[in-house]
Amino acid sequence: MTEKNNLIVDARDLTKVYTMGEVKVHALRGLSVRIKRGEVVGVMGPSGSGKSTLMNILGCLDRPTSGEYYLEGESVAEMTDNQLADIRNQKVGFVFQTFNLLPRATALANVVLPLRYSDNHDDHQALAKKALESVGLGDRMSHRPNELSGGQQQRVAIARAIVNDPAMVMADEPTGNLDTKTGDEVMELLLKLNEELGTTLIIVSHDPEIVNQTERIVHILDGRIEDGEVS
Amino acid sequence: MSLWQAFIEALESLLANKLRSALTILGIVIGVAAVIAMLAIGAGAENTITGEIQGVGTNLLFVIQGGFNEVRNPKPLTLGDAEAINDPFAAPSVAGVSSALRGTVEISKAGETTRTTVLGVTANYNEITNTDIREGEFINENQILGRSSVILLGTDVAEDLFGAKSGLVGETVRVEGQNFRVIGVLEEKGGSAFANQDDQVLVPLTTAQIRLIRRSNRDQVDVLYVQTQSAEVIPQAKQEISQILRKRHRTELGEDDFTIVSQEDMISVASSITNVLTIFLGGIAAISLLVGGIGIMNIMLVSVVERTREIGLRKALGAKKLDILIQFLAESLLLSLVGGLVGIGFGWVISTVVGQIAAANDVSINPVISLQSVLLATLFSIAVGLFFGIYPANRAASLQPVEALRYE
Repeated sequence: MTEKNNLIVDARDLTKVYTMGEVKVHALRGLSVRIKRGEVVGVMGPSGSGKSTLMNILGCLDRPTSGEYYLEGESVAEMTDNQLADIRNQKVGFVFQTFNLLPRATALANVVLPLRYSDNHDDHQALAKKALESVGLGDRMSHRPNELSGGQQQRVAIARAIVNDPAMVMADEPTGNLDTKTGDEVMELLLKLNEELGTTLIIVSHDPEIVNQTERIVHILDGRIEDGEVS
Repeated sequence: MSLWQAFIEALESLLANKLRSALTILGIVIGVAAVIAMLAIGAGAENTITGEIQGVGTNLLFVIQGGFNEVRNPKPLTLGDAEAINDPFAAPSVAGVSSALRGTVEISKAGETTRTTVLGVTANYNEITNTDIREGEFINENQILGRSSVILLGTDVAEDLFGAKSGLVGETVRVEGQNFRVIGVLEEKGGSAFANQDDQVLVPLTTAQIRLIRRSNRDQVDVLYVQTQSAEVIPQAKQEISQILRKRHRTELGEDDFTIVSQEDMISVASSITNVLTIFLGGIAAISLLVGGIGIMNIMLVSVVERTREIGLRKALGAKKLDILIQFLAESLLLSLVGGLVGIGFGWVISTVVGQIAAANDVSINPVISLQSVLLATLFSIAVGLFFGIYPANRAASLQPVEALRYE
């Protein structure tokens, strides 16, 4: 396998400019980053540093103003909304700070959700059950989010992120709404999944305790990478 | 996402807000109920009127005195006119003619008194006008010639006088102080929008001329019932009768001093009345459907704002624009469809109640809910759901995932 095929994320010279009324905000100013398959990367930076913008672009929720972005060798920067939706569905799993579970749906139904938007016609229920079991919630499938603890809710969200067997999982402050103990458990789970499934993991946090558990840390400041190797 | 799945999700989300959903569909319910009830009652009324008119026979013409426009000194219709029309050479399309005098009399039996319509008729009246007899016999030629004091009672009159509708043959009643022998009771025809045919009595024409209805001209009659050979030759028959009467009344140059009315004329008058009613009520229904539709749009817009984060999440998980569009469209469609179905049920209840009230007031309207009106109402509510749902759904579908996820 060549070096290039081994890259999940290959972003070059990304810029992002938001126009807020008359003012132009430069969120990213020529940022390049590469992430290898199976890597666990932590992203750190103060608020306003552009790390959320970077995450949105890497997660294919948004497009860069300029620059190139290859996700598993596919150029993503110029894709249409529908193509991006497919990429998000197939290749990216999201874990949010606020869990973002559908309150009316059971844990199982929440995990099934990404499968509903995919062309994967395998048994959705079976896949979702497997994902829930792998995060240790096999016995909580028919519970609704309000019947689960914060840690359990985040684990449902992780199951939802991995159910489509994505190339990478992006976790944005995954422990931000949890106490330290549960936060540690969630981190443990994420790292375990990386080990077992080989899923690339990108974790955004401003908590050094969390980010220090990753293999590599990327520091962002003013829309640029401050230090850390740009491989 | 499959359409079925979208529908299940829409149902779940609407059930999560039961009261709100119920209030939202109220406008559609009222609109559709109005449409259904109005169509059912309109069709029922029209059926009743048409049935009544057709019950007399579609090949029947009425000839009455006086022109369509006002005529000075109209000549009365006479037995001579009837005879002339009955001439098979002058009027080959005519199958038979019956003449009648018409008046109002007081009729009594053992202290019970009632006012009713009396018709002095010829012996062929029952054949020409399709009048059935419940019991006894109709007036025969001998009774006409002998000016017999015999009478046939309508069922309402029989009820009023005897409290019974049958077993009355041989009884005696007093009409304007004179004794008449009951020889039969007419078959019940049911209430009518025009004239109640159960509330009348029949006597021989000759008897009526002498004893009950005095006219200056001895030969004068009020109505000629003309039976044509078939329903198809009605236009020819009208023309033949007109020619004969113009000649006899010497009005070949001026206006006719008589009017010929066919069943079709009466039906078209009746249906033009019901059509006006239908258009009027249809307007009301359309307005309430419009208001109902706006209500759905309003609630859907609120719902889109409330669920901005959910939309963002779904998009992050791979939902395309079309998926979100379908999801919200399914909800507004489901709202209007359920509203439509409930409305059909309500419309059925309303029309049934109206039918019962009408029946209690001696007017028989049988509301008919046709398959067409149900389909129309269903299609209309689907159209309302689509039309008023497309804007909110499009708004939801056009949200940018990043901004939607950030929405508080």
